[in-house]
Amino acid sequence: MESSELKGGKDSQISDELSELRMESSELKKAKESPISDESNRRSSFPDEVLDRVISLLNSHRDRSSVSLVCKDWYNMERWSRTHIFIGNCYSVSPEIVARRFPKIRSLTLKGKPRFSDFNLVPQNWGADVHAWLVVFAAKYPFLEELRLKRMTISDASLEFLALSFPNFKALSLLSCDGFSTNGLAAIATHCKNLTELDIHENDIDDKGGGWLSCFPESFTSLEVLNFANVTSDINFDALERLIGRCKSMRVLKVNRGISLEQLQRILANAPQLTELGTGSFTQELAQRQYEELESAFNNCKNIHTLSGLWEVKGLYLPALYPVSTRLTFLNLSYAVLQSDELAKLLVHCPQLRRLWVLDTVEDKGLEAVGSNCPLLEELRVFPADPFDEEIVHGVTEAGFVAVSYGCPRLHYVLYFCRQMTNAAVATVVQNCPDFTHFRLCIMTPGQPDYLTNEPMDEAFGAVVKTCTKLQRLSVSGYLTDLTFEYIGRYAKNLETLSVAFAGSSDWGMQCVLGGCPKLRKLEIRDCPFGNAALLSGLEKYESMRSLWMSACNVTMNGCRLLAREMPRLNVEVMKEEGSDDDGRADKVYIYRSIAGQRRDAPSSVLTL
Amino acid sequence: MAFEKDLNLDATELRLGLPGTSEESEKQTSTSLRPNKRALPDMNEESVSSDSNVAAATKKSDQEIAPPAKAQVVGWPPIRSYRKNCLQQKKSEAEIGGIYVKVSMDGAPYLRKIDLKVYKGYPELLKALEDMFKFKVGEYSEREGYNGSEFVPTYEDKDGDWMLVGDVPWE
Repeated sequence: MESSELKGGKDSQISDELSELRMESSELKKAKESPISDESNRRSSFPDEVLDRVISLLNSHRDRSSVSLVCKDWYNMERWSRTHIFIGNCYSVSPEIVARRFPKIRSLTLKGKPRFSDFNLVPQNWGADVHAWLVVFAAKYPFLEELRLKRMTISDASLEFLALSFPNFKALSLLSCDGFSTNGLAAIATHCKNLTELDIHENDIDDKGGGWLSCFPESFTSLEVLNFANVTSDINFDALERLIGRCKSMRVLKVNRGISLEQLQRILANAPQLTELGTGSFTQELAQRQYEELESAFNNCKNIHTLSGLWEVKGLYLPALYPVSTRLTFLNLSYAVLQSDELAKLLVHCPQLRRLWVLDTVEDKGLEAVGSNCPLLEELRVFPADPFDEEIVHGVTEAGFVAVSYGCPRLHYVLYFCRQMTNAAVATVVQNCPDFTHFRLCIMTPGQPDYLTNEPMDEAFGAVVKTCTKLQRLSVSGYLTDLTFEYIGRYAKNLETLSVAFAGSSDWGMQCVLGGCPKLRKLEIRDCPFGNAALLSGLEKYESMRSLWMSACNVTMNGCRLLAREMPRLNVEVMKEEGSDDDGRADKVYIYRSIAGQRRDAPSSVLTL
Repeated sequence: MAFEKDLNLDATELRLGLPGTSEESEKQTSTSLRPNKRALPDMNEESVSSDSNVAAATKKSDQEIAPPAKAQVVGWPPIRSYRKNCLQQKKSEAEIGGIYVKVSMDGAPYLRKIDLKVYKGYPELLKALEDMFKFKVGEYSEREGYNGSEFVPTYEDKDGDWMLVGDVPWE
């Protein structure tokens, strides 16, 4: 967490600044106290009221962090005016420390587990339970309004506690979380009388039925955002319809697959003000009249700019979307199995698209259509429909990637799953689109080279880091030698997040990254030949980073112990495999800076060194 | 056949290849050493070389890591569990009631999957394969097999024998 931690490495810098500004500040005080407090006695400092006003306008937590480091006065002013706090690693700080520093928090964003927990690399009971936070906040921030959690564990009991402890509670967002069931959602619906946002997205939910939606009382009218697309059980449609009918300010609605086309039409007829829509199943047998009603309902929705859902989509019915397609800026088809021609036909009607997520069933031809029809595209994500079957290929290749780059020069975010790639293609892509900030390429077979030249993919990522100077996030894949990491260390000056898997030749690779990349914050590595020498070369660096993950590499317990000993402000956690010995390999290592010390809730399988 | 078990195929698998060859799939992803070559089995040999299939991993001499074998690597490709579960569910829903076979063609980089239940007879099936792989299958006659094309549709039956598509009645 950047905001409330005072970064160790900057201590000397801060004390310099502090002493300099203390002088200025004390002179300012003298000026105020003297009867002749006029312009000439004052330095170029702001009066408190103005400063307070200015600081209050700052929203970015990084800006606020910078402000708080200027001097003690600014630090105090900033902490009193901060209402939203972002904590990127829940273990980097404790709720008590947060509450002590910031008395007026109304909104909290908390992230928990390491990102690789999304891919089952982190044991189930690892931690990141939000309950301790809720308990402290119930006492210190009874006026809390918003809670956004990512990769945290939250139980039904916690959800109920949340619903009952914060009478002003407005917004709950759960992304990639676990530990709760639909009963917890029922508690929220029942008790949060001022709820404006309920966003339940891609969590591991114990689905006990759809009754939770019916728990919103008849008197409840405040909901503006409702996303239950990934809560699978069927809800009571009448209850939903009535809920939407009385929540006149609803602008975001994402339903689950259980909602049919006919039901969708009824929803839209009553909520033409929606700006974001997630449909249910797009595949009912519709009579002509029903189809026309659906089309007409879409036609009445003049404000929809984001569309998702489209589960089990029937290409035949896509034209019903044409009335809204022209205004769409974000189209999420990542759960819709579309073929290339179906996508192509739809995209003709989507000239304003900025963000597009698709399945690779659309193949290269579909991506050619993207390039031809969406000149304003900024973000493209292509997900694999059949990722685990290495033989079946309904995929996209380098050709599709290149085609998009020619047609979409503004592309700056890409997530691309494919089964083959070439260095030349990637070089072409970044030449066409030099503004990449996020470049995540996943060649799905580990360690696969350029399939035409049989060379490593080093030059591909070399081209990316050399050309895309604004690059913040990079995920590499394919057969990579240390050269890739030399390039990254040398050129990726703005890189903050790097993900590496099945790559590199020796410690040198990781050393290059740790020695270069001045803005590196998150480094996650799996299945690479990096060992203790590489790990220990980053000693100085880890305190300026949020975290480091290394799994299935060559680091040993002794290497980790050494790191822990040298760097007491880092938490060095090793996840032990069953029956492995104490001096051997450290299979999964998670290292992060913290001002809260070692965590006390680690399970027995996690060793803190 | 060894490779069948490794690949966990359905009992029958359609292959399109030169007559007499028991061709396995063109797998560009198989080894880093020879991506453009296939193991060409002896013309007379029926057993399929399983090398290119089993060695799905690359062989990198400098690396210490055991190459990931055909079995799935944990947490790879990096797809969120939620999405993974959705896909599995979709797959099993789609496959209920279908007879799915994998089809590969000599020289084509991809395998495709088709549902035999969708087709009512051999002509339809062959036409679909022609469309899918962009080739012509030639004239079929009981006596001579397929004439007039480089490509011949063959499949492996449950006894492990390579059969010409069309010899056995459709049902």
